Amino acid sequence: MALPEPQIAEQADANAARPRAQVRIVIVGHVDHGKSTLIGRLLHETGSLPEGKLEMLKAVSARRDVAFEWSFLLDALQTERNQGITIDTSQIRFRTKDRDVLLIDAPGHAEFLRNMITGAAQADAAILIVDAAEGVRNQTRRHGYLLHLLGVRQVAVVINKIDKVGYDAARFQSVRAEIETYLTGLGLSIGAVIPISARDGDGVAKRTDKIGWYDGPTVLEAIDGLEPPPVAADLPLRLPVQAVYRIGDERIVAGRIESGRVRIGDDIVVMPGAKQARVKTIESWPALVGAPPPSEAGAGQSIGITLDRELYVDRGHLISATAEPVSSVESLRARVFWLHRAALEVGTRLVVRIGTAEARGVIKAIESAIDPGEVTAAPGLSIPQNHVGEVEIALAQPLATDPHEANAGMGRIVLEYGGRIAGGGLVLSVEAELAPHIPRDLVALAEDAARLNLQFRALSAADRIERFCAEVEGRIVFTTSFGIEDQLIAHLLWTSGAEIEIAAIDTGRFFPEVYALWAETERRYGKRIRAIYPRQDSLSRLVESQGIDGFYDSRAARLACCHVRKVEPLSRALDGAHGWITGLRAGQSDHRRTLDLVAADTGRGLLKLNPLLDLGRAEIEAMVRTAVIPINPLHAKGFPSIGCAPCTRAIEPGEPERAGRWWWENEDKKECGLHLTAQGARRKF
Amino acid sequence: MTRLDDLESQSIFVLREAYARLKNIALLWSLGKDSNVMIWLARKAFFGRVPFPALHVDTGKKFPEMYAFRERYAKEWNLDLQVEPCPPIETVDPTLPPAARSAARKTEGLKAALAKHGFDGLIAGIRRDEEATRAKERVFSLRGAEGIWDVRDQAPEFWNHFNASPPPGAHLRIHPILQWTEADIWAYTQREAIPIIPLYLSRDGKRYRSLGDMDITHPIPSQAATVAEILTELRTTKVSERAGRAMDHESEDAFERLRVAGYL
Repeated sequence: MALPEPQIAEQADANAARPRAQVRIVIVGHVDHGKSTLIGRLLHETGSLPEGKLEMLKAVSARRDVAFEWSFLLDALQTERNQGITIDTSQIRFRTKDRDVLLIDAPGHAEFLRNMITGAAQADAAILIVDAAEGVRNQTRRHGYLLHLLGVRQVAVVINKIDKVGYDAARFQSVRAEIETYLTGLGLSIGAVIPISARDGDGVAKRTDKIGWYDGPTVLEAIDGLEPPPVAADLPLRLPVQAVYRIGDERIVAGRIESGRVRIGDDIVVMPGAKQARVKTIESWPALVGAPPPSEAGAGQSIGITLDRELYVDRGHLISATAEPVSSVESLRARVFWLHRAALEVGTRLVVRIGTAEARGVIKAIESAIDPGEVTAAPGLSIPQNHVGEVEIALAQPLATDPHEANAGMGRIVLEYGGRIAGGGLVLSVEAELAPHIPRDLVALAEDAARLNLQFRALSAADRIERFCAEVEGRIVFTTSFGIEDQLIAHLLWTSGAEIEIAAIDTGRFFPEVYALWAETERRYGKRIRAIYPRQDSLSRLVESQGIDGFYDSRAARLACCHVRKVEPLSRALDGAHGWITGLRAGQSDHRRTLDLVAADTGRGLLKLNPLLDLGRAEIEAMVRTAVIPINPLHAKGFPSIGCAPCTRAIEPGEPERAGRWWWENEDKKECGLHLTAQGARRKF
Repeated sequence: MTRLDDLESQSIFVLREAYARLKNIALLWSLGKDSNVMIWLARKAFFGRVPFPALHVDTGKKFPEMYAFRERYAKEWNLDLQVEPCPPIETVDPTLPPAARSAARKTEGLKAALAKHGFDGLIAGIRRDEEATRAKERVFSLRGAEGIWDVRDQAPEFWNHFNASPPPGAHLRIHPILQWTEADIWAYTQREAIPIIPLYLSRDGKRYRSLGDMDITHPIPSQAATVAEILTELRTTKVSERAGRAMDHESEDAFERLRVAGYL
């Protein structure tokens, strides 16, 4: 229905007094206890009805030969009128003396609980309605419980149909005691308990003589006392990434700030992976003529930022301040409500959403299952439809979150089952021992690198690996491209028994010999090498734009290809890792002469070990021969360094080892972006 | 944050969610005040360029001013404009009242566009406050294979989490300005200096409050000749916004029937 919108008119008025606070209120309670009637009455008492609406509905009622009821105002859908129950949440506005109210009507019928939750989840406050004659019923309790679960903390109770119990103060007190006991037991604080007759108007706008024994606030007065939502700007920064847009040369990271503030120059950390960067700009459109670009933004704002270095940032990542980082977890405890017909059980697989991130999850344990209507709690193996419970969920990929107590927005999860939202809840606690690292401070990282670099000089390659594993806390990844150096490192890792993940980035353009060696290596050691692939969508776009061999056309095209096929997949391979082992050697090219044994990759927030750095080619060949390590037959045919097939040729005697890589390009500009300097810039190969 | 800032941020969030989570979307551009605000929001969300088509389902019976507006701003705003003509009136359900039947042509045009482009999401500028049936909407609202809206079987939607996986053959209607009111639209149009079709402003004591087909849309008596005056007018009026739209008033449930069948 089209209600007039007074609150905006107010805003447009230059002489308006201080802005009025807006509160979003949901009215909940058992079916037929009078929600719609109360809303109709509130609209009438606040002068909010459109002209002729009341008369029109009265006429319709007469035509249908039914007595007019206030609830007709809301039950505007034909289907609803036929059934006599409200289907869905609608939003209606009116204003009281001190508040602009956005009223969310929530249905009382049990099977429509998901609609009530849709409405109540957005509410700042609730009015819980109880029939004075019937008292507290199933739905009363269930809705009260859900308010508690959804985090709605301000609740006013109205005891309706007081006329039906003859305006009896004793009956009022007894219902009041019953509901107060229940709600305070849940930890909800009750603002007021008000006797009303929504139909006749007693207690809504006025304390009438019929309820002369009552001296508390009316419903409208209680609404005036409700507080708007607290501002989340004072909490630590949490910015869930919605997308990264490429605009010209810039990569704009877009999202809506969940809490805290972000300013240009802030040090931020991106989870998962704890990649660190600094905020370079806050983008806006259109650029305002004569006005400086924004330098800061706060909770609730949809923004775009650019960073001072190239990081792998994508939808689902979470940006927080380095000083107050979020942790990402692989397991969490949550209090959830479940709306799907099939019960939630131990072993149920679902998708967990937090912010813009999603991860597959499985219910590991159900600590309690509660029917909020009956208020019975029991440890069980399943949570049936419309029940709530406390569960432990194991996640297939880490998700960044905060407990709900610490950060309401970041502590909310939604559960998707069969492609539809089927439940949701609040994060109670996160598995501390599984919570990966707090990002390291960059200075400490550089100091560690310098210290280890000195210590490692006198050690053998095998000892360097062993010490590195002992020094680095957290996951270490070795990335192999199956060159002779990589084969030696793989051998050292597997024969030492170190628990190190070996990953290969399959660009899709390797020589057949590389795949044969890959298979042979897995057979020989009885181990699996983790394969990382380019993103299908990025690769399709790349090939569509530059053609299948477009990388020969320009250096920019070649770099774009390297980025999609190698650099971006590497970011995923290293996501969350604290250590990275590579087969770089100083002898491979001029640029690699200045490398360190252990270096800080501050862009990725990890320590990088090059255990073979100071070994000569001949030394490595000897070690490989002694240990009978399988190597690529191409090495013997003039290919000392092997990359993608189209971009590698054999070299002539006397040429540098890497001369066969991207041979058509100027030597100075050869780089692909895998190896970053401490400052996060691409290192030349 | 002011109320308008808050609405703007929420709408941008929804637009970005739609673009990120669906594969093939378009924005329904009816040329009216609401969809112009929506295009403006999309330009803000994506920093100047709308990264999906602007689809105008054209009944061929719009006001000349509307076509002029379309041609001018499609170019000026660098939109990927797609115009989908509607089928002749004879092909539309004859049991609908005349004006509703005429409006239902648009539903058929929409279905043709869906079939042609295979969209899995259509961004539509409907608002909860316009009309009671629209108050029942979700932000991401599922439409079945025939564009049917099953109002009784909508998945829950809360805390800014939307259901964005339509089953094969179905599509989603995305409603980024669902929470806006008529007054919000005008206040924002004024604040951002968004161009509008002059028919909204009073001439000779009348103006259009809502724009549809020429033959089923009527002006209302009004002296509001500027956006500021429209805002003042809205403070006091108790006439509903769609009062000038004939199809809403022919029978009690005409608009609802249109919507269940796939109308906006």
